[in-house]
Amino acid sequence: MKRKILLLFAHPSQHRSEVNLPLYKAAKKIDGVTCVDLYREYPDYCINIDREQKRLLSHDIVIFMFPLYWYSTPAILKEWQDLVLEYGFAYGQGGDALQGKWFLNALTAGGSEQAYKAEGYNHFRLDELLQPLQQMADACGMRYLPPFALFGSRTAAAEQRLKQHVDAWQRLLLAMTEGRFDIEKGCKMRSLTEQIDQLISEAI
Amino acid sequence: MTAYLGQAFVYLVAAVIMVPLAKRFGLGSVLGYLVAGVVIGPLTGLVGAETETLQHVAEFGVVIMLFLVGLELQPQMLWQMRSKLIGLGGMQVAGSALLISGTALLFSVDWRMAVAIGLIFALSSTAIVLQSHGEKGWSHTEGGRSSFSVLLFQDIAVIPILAFLPFLAMPEPDVVADLVHGGAEMAGTAGEHHADDSLADLPPMIYGLAVIGAISIVIIVGQFLSTPLFRFVAKSGLREVFTATALALVVGISALMSMVGLSPALGTFLAGVVLANSEFRHELESNIEPFKGLLLGLFFITVGAGISFTVLVDNLGFLIGVTVAVIFAKALVLYLLSIVFKVRGSDRWILTLSLAQAGEFGFVLLAFSLQINVLTAEMVELLAMVVALSMFLTPLLFILLEKVLMPKMEKATNEQQEEDVIDEKGQVIIAGVGRFGQIVNRLLLANGVSTTVLDHEAQRVDLLRQICIKSYFGDATRLELLHTAGIDEASLLVVAIDDRERAIHLVQEVKRNYPNLTVLARAFDRGDEYQLEHAGADIVVKETYHSALYMGGEALKALGYHPFQAENLKQAFNQVELENHPELRADWISTKHEKGISASYKELFIKLDGALVQAMKKDRSDTHSHEERGWTPPPAGYDDLLEAQQADDTDGTARSGQ
Repeated sequence: MKRKILLLFAHPSQHRSEVNLPLYKAAKKIDGVTCVDLYREYPDYCINIDREQKRLLSHDIVIFMFPLYWYSTPAILKEWQDLVLEYGFAYGQGGDALQGKWFLNALTAGGSEQAYKAEGYNHFRLDELLQPLQQMADACGMRYLPPFALFGSRTAAAEQRLKQHVDAWQRLLLAMTEGRFDIEKGCKMRSLTEQIDQLISEAI
Repeated sequence: MTAYLGQAFVYLVAAVIMVPLAKRFGLGSVLGYLVAGVVIGPLTGLVGAETETLQHVAEFGVVIMLFLVGLELQPQMLWQMRSKLIGLGGMQVAGSALLISGTALLFSVDWRMAVAIGLIFALSSTAIVLQSHGEKGWSHTEGGRSSFSVLLFQDIAVIPILAFLPFLAMPEPDVVADLVHGGAEMAGTAGEHHADDSLADLPPMIYGLAVIGAISIVIIVGQFLSTPLFRFVAKSGLREVFTATALALVVGISALMSMVGLSPALGTFLAGVVLANSEFRHELESNIEPFKGLLLGLFFITVGAGISFTVLVDNLGFLIGVTVAVIFAKALVLYLLSIVFKVRGSDRWILTLSLAQAGEFGFVLLAFSLQINVLTAEMVELLAMVVALSMFLTPLLFILLEKVLMPKMEKATNEQQEEDVIDEKGQVIIAGVGRFGQIVNRLLLANGVSTTVLDHEAQRVDLLRQICIKSYFGDATRLELLHTAGIDEASLLVVAIDDRERAIHLVQEVKRNYPNLTVLARAFDRGDEYQLEHAGADIVVKETYHSALYMGGEALKALGYHPFQAENLKQAFNQVELENHPELRADWISTKHEKGISASYKELFIKLDGALVQAMKKDRSDTHSHEERGWTPPPAGYDDLLEAQQADDTDGTARSGQ
């Protein structure tokens, strides 16, 4: 089954972006992915609620794509949640617009994976830090997928890790749009990045 | 009583009819008053006998005008003007007097008379010049300021001239005895003939002290007593009492000044300067202004009414000859002085032609000269005619200046400077760098974007160059110039020229020839915005919209709205404007040929305002509704609902587990 992806991209300093921007551009090349650069569309943070809700309704998969800022999303994504996911639309009485849709975080973190451990200097795992988003998806009746993340993003390009990551990203998006992605298996994982190819079937 | 009322009615009706007519034909109010005077005086004979008496009253308008001028001038400004005041003013009076006297001598006029005539004609009409400059907005130009310096000097010069004229008299014993006395008496511009009031018969020492004392009183009252007095009066809340106080001040100073033999106009001017920094300055201005206008108008009417057709017709050639000669001589002196004092361009012509007439002081001095036997009665009658005629011609000179010389000058200064060779081509071309384009330019430059700046005002380009902003002189509406400015390679064109029609035309032309170039245009208002968009501009910004929106937000905040709420309301407003913009524009464009605003546009506009009210309300609503948008918590009781649901789910799970 074909699925339409709504990719909400939030990066407040794109002229400095080394990883997210290439990822975003790569996503644009894939049919069935609607790419929204939130900071471009709402440079004044004044989000058009109606337009965003209409977009949500016409897509099956919602992806937040962002660099991790202070263990959370950049401000505009929070603003987007606060305004767009209204009572009566996304949750609460009659709020079933997002029921059954998939939700995915595609993010980059500056620290290494080792840092995001109980022993590491960040003390919490990435999936733990993303729990507010997970609960957001749950409250809206969406299927929450484990994050597609790149650690050590500040050195990824220099260390030649970028191409591999972009390739994996494109394969994932393509598989999702073409209905070749195993959601049941995916939901059980802690991260999508490592075993991505196990979740994708070659043919439909 | 009836006679007075009748005359007053005639004067007022004449002014009411003639002045708006004159203004409509672009002739200025002064000419309107003068013609009104001619119509009711010599032409129809409705008034006449009382003209001279009225003139004395009306001259009080000049006194009030100088008070108002003084209010505009802070002491430090006056100090800055000192070199012009004394240099330019002094040389104007001396030069004009010499030239006119010399010419009179050539026509074998007695030398004493020649000198007197020269001095009398050297003075110009403060009333006409300041009034006209104010109307035409020239008061703050270089030419206007220079003219003012000269006029101010002339007002001061009247006093020594009055003192000097008696020495030109044929030596008859009784006249000599009267010298000082008469001089002081006539010193009042209003020409009040109350010798008894004068202190001038006092011994020189005491008289000097009296003069110093009077000036001191003006300064001390103005500086220290006026503010508490005005406060006291203002507290009463009675507007007319404030007006009375202001008038009392002016009248009182005039009386004081004429008492010690100084010019009341000069005295009130001084008082004005002293009060220029007062907090009551604007209040004073607005209270006194109408009196000035009416009295000056009356004065001009009396000049017109005072023209005697019999004298005029009998001596037509002579009068016209002398008048033209006087105007020419004064203009020549002023023109030469403008070169010496480096007054350039159109300012030079403003100075030259503004002050070329003889002034109202001329009437006073002529009467005085007759009284002290310097001039004969016949001469005074003719010369007074010359003064009146030259005043009559001044508005015409202004028209010549405004309609013929100034446009030519502007063209000349622009043409003198050849269109610049543009050596650097910028990424962005900015046409017009006035108050709007300038800011755009600065933001771009600050970000390292190269710009090519064009403006058709040579002065502005000069100014920009002085502050190191590279700019070029040229008419951006000419496509060839845009071509040399590099429009073929440019990414953007910013149109910020002041002429709306030309801006629209420019956008059209550019879009026709370079359809791929992004054109940004500044609009003055809604209609201009629609037209520019219709002409093909890609981005149009209404120059006042965003700053007005900003101020609206500030107003909401000042009213106690939370700043964030104010911001949201502004954004909601803007959103509704944007949403309705295409519909309004389409309607406006389709009904553009109609005169005024079309009915459908009106309807749309009312609809827009309705939508705005709705949009504002949405945010203010207290109840939780689907319409309400933004940062609304779930409704009260939602929590219980969730818990109940969860309990159901757990039950369900438990049961299914069984």
